[in-house]
Amino acid sequence: MCDTCGCSDTNGGVAYHKPGEEHAHENPHTHDHEHHYEHEHEHEHGQEHHSHTHDHAYSHEHNHDAHTHSHDHSHEHGSHTREHDHPHGKEFKIEHDILDKNNMLAERNRGYFEAKNIHAINLVSSPGSGKTTLLEKTISDLKTDISFFVIEGDQQTMNDANRINATGAPVIQINTGSGCHLDAEMINKAVKQLEVKEHSLLMIENVGNLVCPALFDLGESHRVVVISVTEGEDKPLKYPNMFSTSDICIINKTDLLPYVDFNVEKAKEYALRINHHLQFFELSAKTGQGMDAWYAWLKKKME
Amino acid sequence: MHELSIATSIIEIAEDFARTHQAEKISRIEIEVGQLSGIVNESLVFALELAVKNTVLESAEVVITEIPGKSICRACKHEFDNPDWYTPCPECQSMNTEIIGGKELQIKSIFTG
Repeated sequence: MCDTCGCSDTNGGVAYHKPGEEHAHENPHTHDHEHHYEHEHEHEHGQEHHSHTHDHAYSHEHNHDAHTHSHDHSHEHGSHTREHDHPHGKEFKIEHDILDKNNMLAERNRGYFEAKNIHAINLVSSPGSGKTTLLEKTISDLKTDISFFVIEGDQQTMNDANRINATGAPVIQINTGSGCHLDAEMINKAVKQLEVKEHSLLMIENVGNLVCPALFDLGESHRVVVISVTEGEDKPLKYPNMFSTSDICIINKTDLLPYVDFNVEKAKEYALRINHHLQFFELSAKTGQGMDAWYAWLKKKME
Repeated sequence: MHELSIATSIIEIAEDFARTHQAEKISRIEIEVGQLSGIVNESLVFALELAVKNTVLESAEVVITEIPGKSICRACKHEFDNPDWYTPCPECQSMNTEIIGGKELQIKSIFTG
């Protein structure tokens, strides 16, 4: 949803904003209508394969002819359509992976990143594990060595983008509206708007959620899952999909270990049960303790 | 609730299919969901019920088959059911296992007419 006007007509409710830039929708539209009246409108984004409606409190209609378009494209990638007659009608065995569209877009992003020598990191975690603080600290400490770009994902608010903006790194906020995760298409659009430069480190802070983002490849080079010691050490067992698809596990807020019942070794053991290849960094983004190993890893990736 | 995104993707694929095959309506769609795919079947059914309105799938029968999680032990090559990602090999207790089934998320078949 657009947080300026409350409408949700951008990309199925997804909005993209840079700090300090006013209200930039991807498909620009005007706001010369009164929002105190009820109106309904429908528009189809044929290219996006979706349609949506939204209702305000009184009634008028308008058409967004400017972005009503439709494209026919059939894609049965890697699928083998076979026809059979069947009591339910004619059967077509299409064997079509449901995440195909996202996976292909993710590969497109990945190819773009590789060509431009952009190293993309997808940061995932529960809400409140300290992803933004980790980013702030990392950028502040390494900005003379590494060129950072940041994509922030949240359902609402510019808060995180504003915090990153204060570090001086170029940042764009994706507000997913009702969405619970970032997907490859959002990254594709955000990267274009952010104008990510070559030889840079693109940090993508996903929506705080240990479930949904696991399924959506963004085209990242590495997926980094962050847990904090104020959470349960059995998080890896509870959310195995996320830990199985990550390369790095950061255990954050280690400065609080004396005050909580979090067994670091146990958490690591649980995580390794799900994914033998996980590499760990134990650190406190707040105090800076343990950050050196994380920085060394990042620098190595940028060589 | 990523099941809504998945439901939307299923509808997109079905709509594409209907356009390409000039099918006015889809009578049945068969979907395979792996036990380790990260999708809750009940949520997917719920999301689909909401999302199919005014689409080619509106009156389609939706059949979801769950594919059990399966692993192979890298140490002793034993294949076994793994419903939760971290079941050790029942033969040799090794944790060095590899998932070979249960991550499916696929439309198997579409029926027209």
